Amino acid sequence: MKPVRLPTARVTPFDPPVELAEYREDAPIRPMVYPDGHEGWLVTDHGLARKILSDQRFSARSEFKRAPVARPSADPFFGAPALPGWLVDMDAPEHTRLRLQLAGKFTARRMKEMRPLLDRIVDDQLTVMEAHGPPADLVSLFALPVPSLAICALLGVPYRERAEFQRNSATLFSLEADAEAAARAMDALYALLRQLTKDRDVDTGGLLSMLAAEGTLDAEEIAGVGVLLLTAGHESTAGSLGLSTFTLLSHPEHLARLRADPELIGNAVEELLRYLTIFHFGVPRTPLEDVEFEGHLLRTGESITISLPAVNRDPSWFAEPDRLDFDRRTAGHMAFGYGIHQCLGQNLVRMEMRAALPAIFQRFPRLALAVPPEQVRLKTDVSVYGVHELPVTW
Amino acid sequence: MRITVNSDNCVGSGQCALALPELFDQDDVNGKVVLLDDQPSAEWHDAVHEAASRCPVQAITAR
Repeated sequence: MKPVRLPTARVTPFDPPVELAEYREDAPIRPMVYPDGHEGWLVTDHGLARKILSDQRFSARSEFKRAPVARPSADPFFGAPALPGWLVDMDAPEHTRLRLQLAGKFTARRMKEMRPLLDRIVDDQLTVMEAHGPPADLVSLFALPVPSLAICALLGVPYRERAEFQRNSATLFSLEADAEAAARAMDALYALLRQLTKDRDVDTGGLLSMLAAEGTLDAEEIAGVGVLLLTAGHESTAGSLGLSTFTLLSHPEHLARLRADPELIGNAVEELLRYLTIFHFGVPRTPLEDVEFEGHLLRTGESITISLPAVNRDPSWFAEPDRLDFDRRTAGHMAFGYGIHQCLGQNLVRMEMRAALPAIFQRFPRLALAVPPEQVRLKTDVSVYGVHELPVTW
Repeated sequence: MRITVNSDNCVGSGQCALALPELFDQDDVNGKVVLLDDQPSAEWHDAVHEAASRCPVQAITAR
C-alpha cells in the first residue's frame, strides 16, 4: 500500500480533512510517511486506537517521537529523553509516579469545587469585553484570559506573568517557530517556574506549593510539571472556547436549543469536544518490540500517529459522526486521548467550558460574528487547533 | 450487580467520579477510584455501565 502523508487541508473550519474518512474506510491502519522521510503508520479507526493506546508495548517516550507534520519547534524535544516532570513523554513506571502525584489534585470533586471561582473569572472577563465594546476579539478578551486565570489560580502562579508564558507557549505550539526559538522558549518557561517556586512567589494554596511541601518531586520536576500544566492548561482550553463559540454562532439551531435547555450543557460540551477535536494532528506512539497487529508487522521504533479527529468521526462508534448532535451518546470520544496518558486536566476543561459557553450568550444574547465566517483565521499553523481571533459584535 | 475496580491500573482520570459521584469517588492523595458501594441496586445498573465505559484504562468491571 502506498504510504500517505498526514492530511491537513480542511474544507470547512469544523470538519477534519476529508481524506481521513477515505483512509479509515480503505485501511484503518496504513503506512504513512513522515516529514523526515520515515515510513510509519496512521491509525484512523476507533477500535484500533483503543487497542494501541491501552497496550504498554506502545511507548509514549519522547526519544521515539517524530512529528507527523513539519514542526521544527519539536526538534529540541523529540528524539531526546523527557524533560524533568514532563510525564506526557514517559512510560510506566516513571509516568505513574508523576501521574498519581498529580491526579489527587485534579479529582472530579476538586474541579467541581472550582466552579464558583470559574464563574467569577468568566463574569469578570465578560465585563472586560463589554467595557471594550463591539467589535471585539473574543479570543484575546475572553477565550485566552479565562483558562489562563484558571490555571494560574490552580497552580498558584501570579497572573502578572501571563504575557511571558503565553508568548513562550505560543512558540512551542507553533508549526512555524524554529528549533532554536523553541528551545529558548522552553528554557524561559523552566526559568520562570524555577524562580517562582524558589522565591516562594507562588500562592501557598496552589498546586505548586503543595507539591513542594509534599517533597516527593524534586525542584526540577516541580518546575517541569508547572511548565506542562501552565502551557497545556491555557492554550488548549483557549482553542476549545474560541472554536466552540465560532461553532455555536455557525449553528444557530444548536445555540437556540442550548439556550432553551441549560441542562443540555454537559453533553453539549462533550459533543463539541468530540466534533472539534483540537489535537488535530493526533498522538504519537512507538512499538518497543515488533508487534503483529491487524495483519501488519509494526516494527520496533516505527512511528504511529493516532488521528484523534478521525477516531472521533468513526461511524462504527458514532452514528452519523459528521453531524453535530447535542443529544447523542458521547461516551468513548477521545478528544482527551485514551489510556494512561488521558488528559489530567480534562475535568477542569469541562468545568471551564460549562461555565463559559452559556455565560457568553447570556451576557450577549445578540452575539454575532463581526466579519464574514471565511475571514476567521484558523489555527492550521499551530499544533493545537482553534481560531487566532474571533471578531464579534453584539 | 457486583462492581470491582482494578486500582493498580487506575490513573485517576476521574471520568467515573464525574459521571456517577453517587457511587464513585477519588482518593485525595493519588486520585485513584474509591468505590462507595460495590453492590448498587438495580436502578443504578445502566449508569454504572455507562460510567465504566468511560474509564480510559478499563479499570471498572460490573457484572
